[in-house]
Amino acid sequence: MAIPKVCGIETEYGIMVRGADSNPVTASSLLINAYLAVNYRKVGWDFEDEHPGHDARGFAVDDLLAPDIETNLVNSVLTNGARYYVDHAHPEISTPECLTALEVVRYDRAAEEIIRESMAAAGGHLPVGAEILCYKNNSDGKGNSYGCHENYLLARSVPFGRIVSQVTPHFVTRQVMIGAGKVGCEVAGMSADDVPYQISQRADFFEEEVGLETTLKRPIVNTRDEPHCDASKYRRLHVIVGDSNMSEIATYLKVGTTAIVLAMIEDDALGDDWLLANPVAAIRQVSHDPSLQRTILLRSGRRATAIEVQWGVLERARKYERSHGLSAVGESVGVDVLARWEAVLTGLENDISTVAGIVDWVAKKRLIEGYADRHNLSATDARLKALDLQYHDLRADKCLARRVGLQTLIDDDEVESAKTEPPTTTRAYFRGRCLAKWPADIVAANWDSLVFDIGRDPLRRVPMMEPLRGTAEHVARLIDESNTPAELLARLGA
Amino acid sequence: MAERTQKQKPAPSRTEETVEEAPASTASGDKLKAELDDLLDEIDGVLETNAEDFVKSYVQKGGQ
Repeated sequence: MAIPKVCGIETEYGIMVRGADSNPVTASSLLINAYLAVNYRKVGWDFEDEHPGHDARGFAVDDLLAPDIETNLVNSVLTNGARYYVDHAHPEISTPECLTALEVVRYDRAAEEIIRESMAAAGGHLPVGAEILCYKNNSDGKGNSYGCHENYLLARSVPFGRIVSQVTPHFVTRQVMIGAGKVGCEVAGMSADDVPYQISQRADFFEEEVGLETTLKRPIVNTRDEPHCDASKYRRLHVIVGDSNMSEIATYLKVGTTAIVLAMIEDDALGDDWLLANPVAAIRQVSHDPSLQRTILLRSGRRATAIEVQWGVLERARKYERSHGLSAVGESVGVDVLARWEAVLTGLENDISTVAGIVDWVAKKRLIEGYADRHNLSATDARLKALDLQYHDLRADKCLARRVGLQTLIDDDEVESAKTEPPTTTRAYFRGRCLAKWPADIVAANWDSLVFDIGRDPLRRVPMMEPLRGTAEHVARLIDESNTPAELLARLGA
Repeated sequence: MAERTQKQKPAPSRTEETVEEAPASTASGDKLKAELDDLLDEIDGVLETNAEDFVKSYVQKGGQ
């Protein structure tokens, strides 16, 4: 049986400073530090991303030399278990490890709120009239892209070749449900005259089927092998092909359908019926066709529309539900994802206006076409590009996505609590609770470890190599009953 | 494909059956259009004032 699809999202936000000179790295650092200064006593404890020499498992405690201090870039861990940092000249938030797609949506929404609060906090550190603006999109329209990456836990035993070939059809065609929409085209040699509007923000930037790159020659399937957990048991599939979504249900479908597809691949229940002949050409072709009518070539020699491929994958998922159940993705969430998946495909096929409250590219397209009609604008008018950008503007009063009637999944109070409280069902619970309770005593945090300074040498490192250990069920009482980190470590068996 | 079969509506039992389904869908279509019109009415007040400059100045370093 497929292992639980522990999952999360990392979002790089677009950033712009208005009314002052600043480079994006400085602006990103200022943004994050301003947030930390308001919300945390200690500003940005740094951490090393990798400790290759340490491969201890479970909650055994061992010793560690003090990590090198990296002072020039902000790199912090929040009490909700998320990471908030500067990456490639963008502010980035990685959600904590979550057990279901629904939880990912909640933490992705909390990340948006954190950015919004950061923009407000940063205002106090800027010259009068200056502001930092953040955008949850994936392209500047000038050929520069930044990512929204998903991560999923897989058993190491699954042959990687099978993952690559079988997940690719989903990655190429899922965009009809979850593309965020884009005015114009950024493929070299093509322009808005060729493609006035397309389904995906990201599709133009994919040039390879499989590979290690994330910033150039981007591959549809990324091969980064950095599991941040026990590498002998697990793989973390790092997915770089998706758009950032403003629609909560789109994020839900993005993570939910992909988690199901990966569970099926793990259980060898998906099959090869929908393998594609030329994925790179296909991903662009699908994106460039909002009519959804064009077909892509399958390896079998048949042709199919993206929606037909999606129906095929969904049919397999229905069979999988009956044969294996959906416990790997959370049973009730899985069942709900299947129902919504079917409803969206039905809407896309029959009456696309019925999914304008769910599918970002459809919502944005209505807005852009409505505005162009009203003002009699050509497809290349700058105002349409401005509307596109402003759909993703994270300022509450400027964000057009907040005005187009997108349906929501998560209540405001759930978003509010997710800004500070970790998920209870993964190791993020241990990380977040410890950071909240003993901020002054933790010198480094990482996905797979916490390093405590308990006032005497050496520093004490708690490895967290199992993503599903350190949950509330395992450690809530331990943390509640420990008055000091030394006590906690003693109880953990140090 | 069974999953795609829409649920059949119960057979109409009285004279209302002559009413077509169209009005419902048109009504919701009208509502959507009215909402879009409202949004377009307010959007000029929300839109960045100089769209061309705004779009030009939005330049990002490539990320991942």
